[in-house]
Amino acid sequence: MDFRDTPEEAAFRDEVRTWLSEHLVGEFARIGGGRGTADEEFWDIRMEWERKLGAAGWIGLSWPEEYGGRGATFGQQAIFNEEYVKANAPGRITFFGEGLLGPTLVAMGTEAQKQRFLPPILKATELWCQGYSEPDAGSDLANVKTKAVLDGDEWVITGQKVWTTFAHHADWCFVITRTDFGAPAHQGISYILVPMKQPGVTYRPLRQMTGAGEFNEVFFDEARTPADMVVGEVNGGWKTAMTTLGFERGTAFLSMQLAFEREWRTVAEVARKNGSADDPVIRDRLAKAYAGVRIMAYNGMRMQTALAKSGKVGPEASIGKLYWSNWHRNLGELAMDILGPSGQIVPAAGDGEYVLDDMQRSYMFSRSETIYAGSSEIQRNIIGERVLGLPREPR
Amino acid sequence: MNFAFSEEQEELRRSVRRFLEDKSPATEVRRLMETTDGYDPKVWSQMANELGLQSLHIPEAYGGQGFSFVELVVVLEEMGRALLCAPFFSSVCLAGNAVLNAGTDEQKSALLPGIAAGETIGTLAFTEPSGKWDANGITMEAAPDGSGGYTLDGTKMFVLDGHVADLIVVAARAAGTGGTEGISFFTVPGDSAGLTRTALPTMDQTRKQAKLEFSGVKASLLGEAGAGWAALSKTLDQVAVCLAAEQVGGAQKCLDMAVEYAKVRIQFGRPIGSFQAIKHKCADMLLEVESSKSAAYYAGWAAAEDNDELPVVASLAKSYCSEAYFHAAAENIQIHGGIGFTWEHDAHLYFKRAKSSEILFGDPTYHRELLAQRIGI
Repeated sequence: MDFRDTPEEAAFRDEVRTWLSEHLVGEFARIGGGRGTADEEFWDIRMEWERKLGAAGWIGLSWPEEYGGRGATFGQQAIFNEEYVKANAPGRITFFGEGLLGPTLVAMGTEAQKQRFLPPILKATELWCQGYSEPDAGSDLANVKTKAVLDGDEWVITGQKVWTTFAHHADWCFVITRTDFGAPAHQGISYILVPMKQPGVTYRPLRQMTGAGEFNEVFFDEARTPADMVVGEVNGGWKTAMTTLGFERGTAFLSMQLAFEREWRTVAEVARKNGSADDPVIRDRLAKAYAGVRIMAYNGMRMQTALAKSGKVGPEASIGKLYWSNWHRNLGELAMDILGPSGQIVPAAGDGEYVLDDMQRSYMFSRSETIYAGSSEIQRNIIGERVLGLPREPR
Repeated sequence: MNFAFSEEQEELRRSVRRFLEDKSPATEVRRLMETTDGYDPKVWSQMANELGLQSLHIPEAYGGQGFSFVELVVVLEEMGRALLCAPFFSSVCLAGNAVLNAGTDEQKSALLPGIAAGETIGTLAFTEPSGKWDANGITMEAAPDGSGGYTLDGTKMFVLDGHVADLIVVAARAAGTGGTEGISFFTVPGDSAGLTRTALPTMDQTRKQAKLEFSGVKASLLGEAGAGWAALSKTLDQVAVCLAAEQVGGAQKCLDMAVEYAKVRIQFGRPIGSFQAIKHKCADMLLEVESSKSAAYYAGWAAAEDNDELPVVASLAKSYCSEAYFHAAAENIQIHGGIGFTWEHDAHLYFKRAKSSEILFGDPTYHRELLAQRIGI
């Protein structure tokens, strides 16, 4: 047990810091890290920054070298994430490719798929979105109805997806489709890569409670994609989909802790300034939130060590998503209580638009975090059944 | 960065667990908790002679083995799991650390080898009838006796194993001082003239407490006169870490018991663990138990390093692990239903230990206030 950097880790940290200090300047530095994954502001500058990261080899750091990654250890990836957040560098927008599809392809893709799709993810020249949820397939994801039918050497896809972040920016979508309507729910699903920019794909932004419209409904109306765009087996896509979800719920969120800790500091600063930090109840809640965000870091470090040692994560990993989403939701509520009446006033936007400030947006947006990527209730089922070995619900 | 125990530390855990399964099964816990002394001297000697537990983290120069708080955390976690009835916490964590933090080299050489060998049972008497865990709780005054010694008058309460301790480390203050000023440590033999020791009937029978009444008791100064607060504050941080480690072990045991029962108890024709109402309780318990481990282990490392983070992480771990243990112990009873409410079932032993541990050395609210101050809120 030792939380200090090894000499190799220290050297790597130095390399990251040096690069960031040299490149995170001008308009890139001005954006700051407060922008969430899906935030639309400064889109062009953020894309340019992503390409700079890609060119310097910072995207896909831990991917194998044969696919253009740097083969970095989990420890190095964590150091990069840490320094990145500390430097207040712009919020990342290539998450779906780098964090979800890329690792899924490395694990399960064909050689041709890897050669075709991994390089543009690494250079941030192609953006991805995730086609999972449907109006009738939320927590019950295996109930997807979007249909894919093979027509010669192409799949023809028809159906509707929902909650699709970045649909309007994305070049490609990884879609889970039903390819066998006669099979049991989990056995008739295929995981297919579909180009977004084609006549058979349309989308409509969904305005959410924050007032913004980061999520979309996506309509596939006889959209087409080549037959070899299936990841994993045809009708065996459930396994692929779960592999992706494993990344989404597990390691992909490790880097969020530092941003959360920064958010906590902002909230504590407001409490100090407006005097609410003198209130014993607020002090208690602030201290509890601090303990919570530090423990999130400790949990993350245990998980990283387990990954580095065995390539497998322990029970502490399965709790990650449930833990951070609840913590963040509570922080949002604390922030509103600290702000008091002034927090209830939306910043004046000249054109009468409903635009929230950072704390208000975080307070609102965190309501989605206990729902997306498997709701807290689904997470508890997974923990109960797969970690604790409790019997499944009879179906 | 490496956040895992070494193979040697895991082996230590296994051997302590085997030992406690053998020497401290529920039947022994129940036998000892009904006694006044509250421990088995034979097992106490075996702990010292066969496993060397009392000497583990004491430096070699003072008769110990020179391991660190990380190893101590492992041992305490197992003791918490087994509800070990023994004055280990009092002797090693309280008296041992207080002497290490406050004593001169000569005093450490005189006092620690006995603790390390399990021949001396020590404890720390600092809390008084007010039940305060901070410097203001210390009102007992130490009067110089004119020949280099001191005399103590007053009452110390909630002294862990105070009725069986051979060596009592006492925190008292100079007349006319207040707050963190003027506090000193003293040592007093358990059988001193003028010292009346009364065992207190405790709700948690697995950890004994005593009232100690001092009436002109002769005491020797430990360390420097009037400069005791720094050492006491550090001792209390270390003690918070130790208690958090014990709590982790107890909480894990409660989770294990609850999950095991939820798998076998059939109602409505199916195991109750298949109902989400029960499954989700267990999932939340796992989240809290795993998080408690992360907090307590990290705090153990900070204590081993004796670094600047210790005060913050000590209060962080104590507040979190206290609530996690209590929650796990309470949910364990709920999941067991009626059987969990009986004297025969062990659930209440953990429920009671969880509450006594939560309150000892400051409850979660107290520690979160300390945490708030320590992080500058």
